Amino acid sequence: MKLPHRRFDCLVIGAGGGGLRAALQLAQADLHVAVVTKVFPTRSHTVAAQGGMNAALGNVTPDNWHWHMYDTVKGSDYLGDQDAIEYMCRAASRQVIELEHYGVPFTRLEDGHIYQRPFGGQSQNFGGDQASRTCAAADRTGHAILHALYQQNIRAKTHFFDEYFAVDLVRDEEGVALGAVVIEIETGEVMVIEAKTTLLATGGAGRMFRTSTNAMINTGDGMAMALRAGLPLEDMEFVQFHPTGIAGKGMLISEGVRGEGGYLVNGDGERFMERYAPHVKDLASRDVVSRAIAIEVREGRGCGENKDHVLLKVDHLGADVIKKRLPAIREMAIRFGGVDPIESPIPVYPTAHYTMGGIPTNRYGQVVAPVGHGAEEEVVGLYAAGECACVSVHGANRLGGNSLLDIVVFGRAAGNHIIAFLKENRYHRPLASESIDMALARLSKWRRPGDGESVSAMLAELQRIMEEYCGVFRSQEVLDEGVSKVLALGERLDEVRLSDHSKVFNTAFMEALELENLVDVATATVVSAAARTESRGAHSRLDYPDRNDAEWMRHSLYSKTDHQLDYKPVRTKPMTVDTFPPKKRVY
Amino acid sequence: MSSPDPTELRRIKWRCRRGMLELDIMLQGFFEQRFQALDSQQQQMFTRLLDYPDQSLLEWLSTHPDNADKDVKDIVEQLQHFNSADA
Repeated sequence: MKLPHRRFDCLVIGAGGGGLRAALQLAQADLHVAVVTKVFPTRSHTVAAQGGMNAALGNVTPDNWHWHMYDTVKGSDYLGDQDAIEYMCRAASRQVIELEHYGVPFTRLEDGHIYQRPFGGQSQNFGGDQASRTCAAADRTGHAILHALYQQNIRAKTHFFDEYFAVDLVRDEEGVALGAVVIEIETGEVMVIEAKTTLLATGGAGRMFRTSTNAMINTGDGMAMALRAGLPLEDMEFVQFHPTGIAGKGMLISEGVRGEGGYLVNGDGERFMERYAPHVKDLASRDVVSRAIAIEVREGRGCGENKDHVLLKVDHLGADVIKKRLPAIREMAIRFGGVDPIESPIPVYPTAHYTMGGIPTNRYGQVVAPVGHGAEEEVVGLYAAGECACVSVHGANRLGGNSLLDIVVFGRAAGNHIIAFLKENRYHRPLASESIDMALARLSKWRRPGDGESVSAMLAELQRIMEEYCGVFRSQEVLDEGVSKVLALGERLDEVRLSDHSKVFNTAFMEALELENLVDVATATVVSAAARTESRGAHSRLDYPDRNDAEWMRHSLYSKTDHQLDYKPVRTKPMTVDTFPPKKRVY
Repeated sequence: MSSPDPTELRRIKWRCRRGMLELDIMLQGFFEQRFQALDSQQQQMFTRLLDYPDQSLLEWLSTHPDNADKDVKDIVEQLQHFNSADA
């Protein structure tokens, strides 16, 4: 079958902040850039990042990129690559100024400088006093960045393929990336976008969990494309959970509620945090509170009909305090939790927030993978940036304010490397039909007629399994069971049938492709988690409560073939400064 | 009452997918349970609403419905009502 073809210098898959920042760099260099996105660009999940972006401008407290670097290394529980972290923290201030020139209205101090707010995990002078390092455009920083970058891309004549779904990467026999097979959702037409370079910027995969803060679009599409192209995923066991998401829905109830005096109770009405953290109780760190909630539910002390959540009680604060200090939280609890916190407690459960792992890259955004049993090498022509990538600046745990920074810094870095690459590689390589045929075969599988399991039922089952067996409560027994359950579910993908086979705007088909992606990424996550017999950052094991640097200061690399795991050392050598050696992480 | 053809319905459903979970839930829930019962003018208003940026939708649908543009205000109010009744 002859498919329609389009040719570009560079194909960017995903139109969040990372993809758009890269595309802008490329379009401004007069390259022919295509951005493929399954939803309209300004509806990417970057809009949900409200907190801000870290940069050591020092406008509010004295600051220094080196202190920011220290905090990021420590926050990563020493799993972050220190060369990439140095690069990011050094670049941060210039990136903020650049974004401002692109039109991001950063909130200002009275003296006209950019305002910076304090955030958790930020310090002055290598672990000293709290630093104020996070630049914000009110509470809509992500939105402001995304819109500014989109406008700049329109001006620079980036070509957008809106509402196109990326199916699979095209690689030739030598492994060189040549573009991707995509579907135009509007018509159902399959098309090949040939490109001299391809950048994956598809965001995270929070939808693999039942309770998640992520938008429905966060289905790990680019991560799964990498897996199917024979590439590994790095450190997938590290998923950041927030302890108090609205049960069954996922949106965040911020720590501020507990800061104001709210506390958690179980099904017996017991204030259970007293048992887990006798001194700080409900104000213990995120991972401690998350695990306590999961244990209560697991041991049958949950609330509600299915005993599957606990309650966050605030009514004792009184209506006035709640209305005055927590109006937005109250609004959200009424709307999504179905309760007015003035009268009743809010049902909550830990909610999956951020995927630290992803497609392994170096600090230029180049995807890197081990070759045979040898050292890793760059995959020619293939790049990744943002939450879908693992560069790795977040290591085992991401600090607030570092995700917007990550997408901007490494989106731009990838753009710059692509520009240099294209100066040396000016021509398209011959297109390889084999990987196109594989993508088409995968698509045609979904056209099989007949009855079978439904996409939505299987997705719900996957999300429940991941929540129960690969959530915050992790032990060998639980994770091993999770591995076998996810693998068994993966086997059943063949039994799923679409009830709608129409070509035009077949959203059920897109959801089936997303399910397939989520199953691949969930498998990577649970297999990697079952193998890591230590607790580090967001990966917290009841049976291995301590960090084990001697054995585990290394990155996991999961491959789809036989679900194999490989490992590579953490890059502990920064670009110019001394290594931050691992220390016990206390705050 | 009127019903757009199935293709158009699927298109609108896809455009209820947004960058924020809160909007996904509010818009998709309303679309699935109420959209087909709207008159054609209201249906058009709903599709017009989907063209607005996420940040505006979040503001209008959560805390400040009064700030909504005039040409979508009716539907914003209906969405508000639906979502609080639904909760």
